[in-house]
Amino acid sequence: MHSAPRLALCAMLLAITSACVTINIYFPAAAAEKAADRIIDEVWQLRDNAGQPARPEGAAQ
Amino acid sequence: MKLVSRLRVLLAALLFSLAGHAAAQNNLEINTPAISALQKSMQQRHAQLAPLYASGALGLARDGTVALRDASSVPLAQRGQINALVSAENADRAALYREIARANGRPEWEADVRATFAQRWIDRAQKGWWVQGAGGWVQK
Repeated sequence: MHSAPRLALCAMLLAITSACVTINIYFPAAAAEKAADRIIDEVWQLRDNAGQPARPEGAAQ
Repeated sequence: MKLVSRLRVLLAALLFSLAGHAAAQNNLEINTPAISALQKSMQQRHAQLAPLYASGALGLARDGTVALRDASSVPLAQRGQINALVSAENADRAALYREIARANGRPEWEADVRATFAQRWIDRAQKGWWVQGAGGWVQK
């Protein structure tokens, strides 16, 4: 009778712990890519100029 | 009956842990004063760098930096100024990668952050700009 809640608690703790360990070890590549894109948008002003490109592509050479 | 409820609890626990995992990996912290300042400084410098990317004097290197690719396309008198621009840009970029890793409590991620940025700078470079691939410089 008591074993079901105890088992559930154990399973939950194990799941949470393993999730935390995963976060600590692995580099979040997708999140990093998203962060990079947000910064690149800002630095290169890609979002602001999106509607009105400064120079048409392929015009040079 | 008991087995079913146990399984249900286990499934709930599993889903819960997966949800937490996804939420934690969803975003990287980039809203710190240090990162914003670097971003602003790079944005201002970009007005001077953009024509140099377009002329091919500068290229986007594989290691997440800006490199002087073709010095001969720049008049001798301007080379010093361009070298200073490149050093300033690369100093900001190095600081940016370090700060992002630090802001997320993982200074050891700096090299991964740099590699991610290197790839995204290159992927998103405009047509006509030079980027460094595994086999050398190529024009987009």
